[in-house]
Amino acid sequence: MSFCHYQNELPSILKEKNKQKMNNRINQLFQNKQNNILSIYFTAGFPNLNDTIEIIQELEKNGVDLIEIGMPFSDPTADGPTIQQSSEKALKNGMSLNLLFDQLKEIRSSVNIPLILMGYINPVYQYGVERFCKKCAEIGIDGTILPDLPLDEFKEFYQSYFEANNLHNILLITPQTSESRIREIDKSSSGFIYMVSSASTTGAGKKVEDFHRDYFEKVQNMNLKNPRLIGFGISDRATFKNACDYASGAIIGSAFVNTLTHSTNFKEDISGFVKSIL
Amino acid sequence: MMYTNIDELKRRYLEIIESEEFRKEFDQLLKNYVGRPSPLYYASRLSEHYGTKIFLKREDLNHTGSHKLNNTVGQILLAEKLGKPRIIAETGAGQHGVATATVCALKGLKCVVYMGALDVSRQAPNVKKMKMLGAEVIPVHSGNKTLKDATNEAMRDWINNPVDTHYIIGSVVGPHPYPDMVARFQSVISKEMKSQLLEQTGSELPTRILACVGGGSNAAGAFYHFLDDEQVELIGVEAAGKGVDTDETAATLTVGSPGILHSSRTYLMQNNDGQITEPYSISAGLDYPGIGPIHSHLFKSGRAKYLAATDKEVLQAALLLTQKEGIIPALESAHALAALEMLKMKPDDVNVINLSGSGNKDMETYLDYFGY
Repeated sequence: MSFCHYQNELPSILKEKNKQKMNNRINQLFQNKQNNILSIYFTAGFPNLNDTIEIIQELEKNGVDLIEIGMPFSDPTADGPTIQQSSEKALKNGMSLNLLFDQLKEIRSSVNIPLILMGYINPVYQYGVERFCKKCAEIGIDGTILPDLPLDEFKEFYQSYFEANNLHNILLITPQTSESRIREIDKSSSGFIYMVSSASTTGAGKKVEDFHRDYFEKVQNMNLKNPRLIGFGISDRATFKNACDYASGAIIGSAFVNTLTHSTNFKEDISGFVKSIL
Repeated sequence: MMYTNIDELKRRYLEIIESEEFRKEFDQLLKNYVGRPSPLYYASRLSEHYGTKIFLKREDLNHTGSHKLNNTVGQILLAEKLGKPRIIAETGAGQHGVATATVCALKGLKCVVYMGALDVSRQAPNVKKMKMLGAEVIPVHSGNKTLKDATNEAMRDWINNPVDTHYIIGSVVGPHPYPDMVARFQSVISKEMKSQLLEQTGSELPTRILACVGGGSNAAGAFYHFLDDEQVELIGVEAAGKGVDTDETAATLTVGSPGILHSSRTYLMQNNDGQITEPYSISAGLDYPGIGPIHSHLFKSGRAKYLAATDKEVLQAALLLTQKEGIIPALESAHALAALEMLKMKPDDVNVINLSGSGNKDMETYLDYFGY
């Protein structure tokens, strides 16, 4: 498959495209806010099947800037024990992509912040990638994070569907990613770049001083066109603040999922969690 | 997430394994350490029983009792050249774990083996062997606690340790270059078959080759040098478990559909939502919900044919070989033997069975079932 035809597009169409991109809530967020952006991940269908909407609403109410909704997968190879367990429980509860889309169909009547779906490629592949992208656009999803979909595959097979539906596919970089590869990812990225804090699966719970300061600084000085959020191992105010020194903000997943695991009152506990970070 | 790990391997594996230095060392170890070439044995009483000619490629006689060592010897040499001091592996039945722990002992490298907690308790003797060989065995408690979960955990380890660690995958699965690399290391099986067949039958081409398929490494090795010899029938035999029409099966090509798992696009056992379902087989070594992409390709192109044998058929086939030839096969290999019942074979046909492993590890299962 070739995407060379984009080079032949008329400038007016390009302008239209750029305008569309600006309408994507992720772009709007980064345009309006350059520091201390807090993104929170949770697994859809956990702890209970129908908690999805309430969790999203409470997160927005408490000042979270961006939400990553986890699509649970049976084999989450990029995730540590916390998200493995929440995914397993969510699937046992009966969560599926069909059901998640059904739960989210009215979400834009009450929630305004950008929403991202995060998960693994196989359930999306089975749903049909084009159908998935269309459904996301219909609901008002702004982006996806699919850690087991490599850049080259994305470009060759799927990018056109994402672009047609104004959906950003967020790509990841790690301390091992070479400078030339970071440039390539920056070129092909829209929305933001997900900077994995250290070589790790999620929830590794590293200490602040374990982060690769030189890697953070190197990327910071590369003048990338995309903003960056730092994720993996961010769990509290100290790690969040540290990450914010090197990027527009940070992403918290496992620590929040842990809070939900032990929560008896979402309203109180979500508010308490967000306050403990910001 | 594994891009950097895989990229290094992808860029360097061919140049390394095709170098003369590597070939020399690999061939030496295969000969003097693994014990190759493995015999090609004409099974006369089994042949008489089926009214055809049956040869057994005796991979069960390799050091550590299976074909698995061919691959781990190759990969440990590669890890050395890549300068990786730490080795990780996944294992189901424990054969690949033992083969990995063995080469790590041979080279003095640190070895960590991930094994589903259920398999740890089912395959206690192999766990003890790995420990005696100096490996650390980590029981995996996620999912259904079997091979797939062990593979997930090994991948997580690799993501967490991208610099000093080489991951020795045990089959023709996982991201490129593993399916190709493992098939190359196992291809010594079909290379030897050709010269042994020429010597014993006057032709290097048999009528057909049969091999069991889980991930599919022994089958890939047994088919490799015959792929272009279109007249040679290639037959892979999957584990039907309690039957392909039940939920307790591991026959991926029969019941599965295309999907993406462990960085491979291949046939998978999955539900309509793309969640991977748990396979079942009496043989822990075939208990994988996917299949090497090589086999998906051979299946779709029609170059190879794939059958499935049930636990019951497999146990009977194992008993038949034991009592006709005095060879107790691994449960995995007995799947290939069970397919003999399903084929129409002519008296002059030359059938080669890849006897991938020894039944030593399965004695408890056999004794329980047959009541000896």
